[in-house]
Amino acid sequence: MSGTIHVLNGSGVDTGALGATVRRLHEVFHAAVELHPFQPDLTRVFDPSRSQYHSSGVLKQMLDDLSAHGNPADKLIGLVDVDLFIPVLTFVYGEAQLKGRCAVVSTFRLRNELYGLPPNERIFRDRIEKECVHEVGHTYGLVHCRDTECVMRSSTYVEEIDLKGSLMCPACDEKRRGLMSD
Amino acid sequence: MTNTPSILVVDDEKVVRDSLTKWFLQDGYDVESADSGAEALKRLQVRKRDLILLDIKMPGMDGMELQQRVKEIDSGATIIFITAHATIDSAVQALKQGAFDYVTKPVDPDYLSHVVANALRQRTLAIENERMRDSITSASRAEEIVGESPQMKKLFELIDTVAKTDTTVMIRGESGTGKELVARAIHANSNRRFFPVVPVNCGGLAEGLLESELFGHERGAFTGAHYRRKGKLELADGGTLFLDEVGNISAKTQMDLLRVLETKQFTRVGGNDVLRTDFRVVCATNSDLEQAVKQGTFREDLYYRLNVFSIVLPPLRERRSDIPLLANYFVKKYALQMNKAVTGLAPDAMEQVVQYSWPGNVRELENAIERAMVLGTPPMLKASDLPFQMTNERGRIRTGTLADIERAYVTEVLERNRWNISRSAEELDIDRVTLYHKIDKYGLKKPS
Repeated sequence: MSGTIHVLNGSGVDTGALGATVRRLHEVFHAAVELHPFQPDLTRVFDPSRSQYHSSGVLKQMLDDLSAHGNPADKLIGLVDVDLFIPVLTFVYGEAQLKGRCAVVSTFRLRNELYGLPPNERIFRDRIEKECVHEVGHTYGLVHCRDTECVMRSSTYVEEIDLKGSLMCPACDEKRRGLMSD
Repeated sequence: MTNTPSILVVDDEKVVRDSLTKWFLQDGYDVESADSGAEALKRLQVRKRDLILLDIKMPGMDGMELQQRVKEIDSGATIIFITAHATIDSAVQALKQGAFDYVTKPVDPDYLSHVVANALRQRTLAIENERMRDSITSASRAEEIVGESPQMKKLFELIDTVAKTDTTVMIRGESGTGKELVARAIHANSNRRFFPVVPVNCGGLAEGLLESELFGHERGAFTGAHYRRKGKLELADGGTLFLDEVGNISAKTQMDLLRVLETKQFTRVGGNDVLRTDFRVVCATNSDLEQAVKQGTFREDLYYRLNVFSIVLPPLRERRSDIPLLANYFVKKYALQMNKAVTGLAPDAMEQVVQYSWPGNVRELENAIERAMVLGTPPMLKASDLPFQMTNERGRIRTGTLADIERAYVTEVLERNRWNISRSAEELDIDRVTLYHKIDKYGLKKPS
């Protein structure tokens, strides 16, 4: 096993609802997974002109405040409930440091209610699970995959998250093994 | 060479550069960024990229100017502009100047993915298309002009050099040496190759007819002109006009032609509208134009306008080493056309073909092989199938031993070249030392 994956929950989502995500991360990455509460200072990364939060700023806070602690091989994934952006894009579901330590996922655009649909807790939890596995995959150095079933496929619409699976395709899984053994 | 598409992001804002670089890295692209136009040009000079994302507004060299400079380095560069709402007018202008698309900041991630994927797909198709066109072009040239002698190698080099320019070319050479093939090869290797090459046989038409052939005519311009007809000058628009036997043009048509070459404008016979056309001129002649200029039968100004780059085609007798190659090429060509299993020439037939003087050059050789292919039977053409017989006439095959024939032929070439050793050796396709050996061997003496 190489390091621990720390899920930092700052999203307000009930800890019990994140059980499936924790199990999936363990299953995919064969790493220990720990769940922690998380209270980032989001006022520091708020952009009033866009009414959104700069995801790279959240990553920087995670790095500054948390990464000094623990094993350097550990991965940190922050969960927040605000709308994230990077300056050139209208929004992002999450952001990760490619082959780095930190990633962040927003639950804001994962809820059905945002799209005028009735709430669906199961779909919401599935989306969180897939996005967390996807972003942690980037921290291990994996890039986007063309396989429609693979969790590493890029999703620019919420429907695309629903279409893909929560596991890696055999090719990505083999790459993951290689990258994690480096 | 890697198959991973490469992208260069050019933006003066670090945050935009970093976020786009990160976004494309996660998509698996080979990405680099530059913070200015100058830095981008430096990087592109080292390595071309499949896609370039340019910010329109940058201090110093802006995106629009950079686009023009990039196109000088890589004319096929695929460029997507990144712009703010306030500069959409500039983006539209950029599209007119050849950019693939533009995106406005902040861009929807789904839209950005699609635009980039489409741009890369189009780039791949364009490159494949270009490769196919190039392979077709080189295949056609290799098929049509045959020769491996030093003279022909030099000719191929000249064709390649001049084809890339838009210079007027004059092709000189005896009848049957392949002047039209060279003109077509120049066209096929030029940037005009996707437009027509239009041949005009200036020697085969009477004055009035040539004028109408070149300039076209309006309905009713002369008896029998029932319809408006486009001339060759109009048909050659964008392409190449090949004027064969240009030395035979009448004085009046010479004057009209000169005017067209200078202004690229003309009027149809019987018409008033001034028409514009854009073509390259390649002309050919086997007559002594310099003499014609001296005698006043060919305009000096037109001569200089046409004789910008001159290519001289050697007669076949001066490149005998190519004869077996050409003979086998024509055998193969007619074997396919006639569906005959002939594979070549028997040794005696090949010897005759190599020794013959071929006053009608490659055209005569092709006709001779075609005739022999009709008469001959597989698998090889025999000497008796050839349309000429061994004779003692000057320029024809002599009888005797090989040494007798060689002695007589070397003497003939030396006399023809007034004992100029360099020119004689060149015509015999041997070096000067070998020629001195043969002079010594056969006891040949320069006439006093």
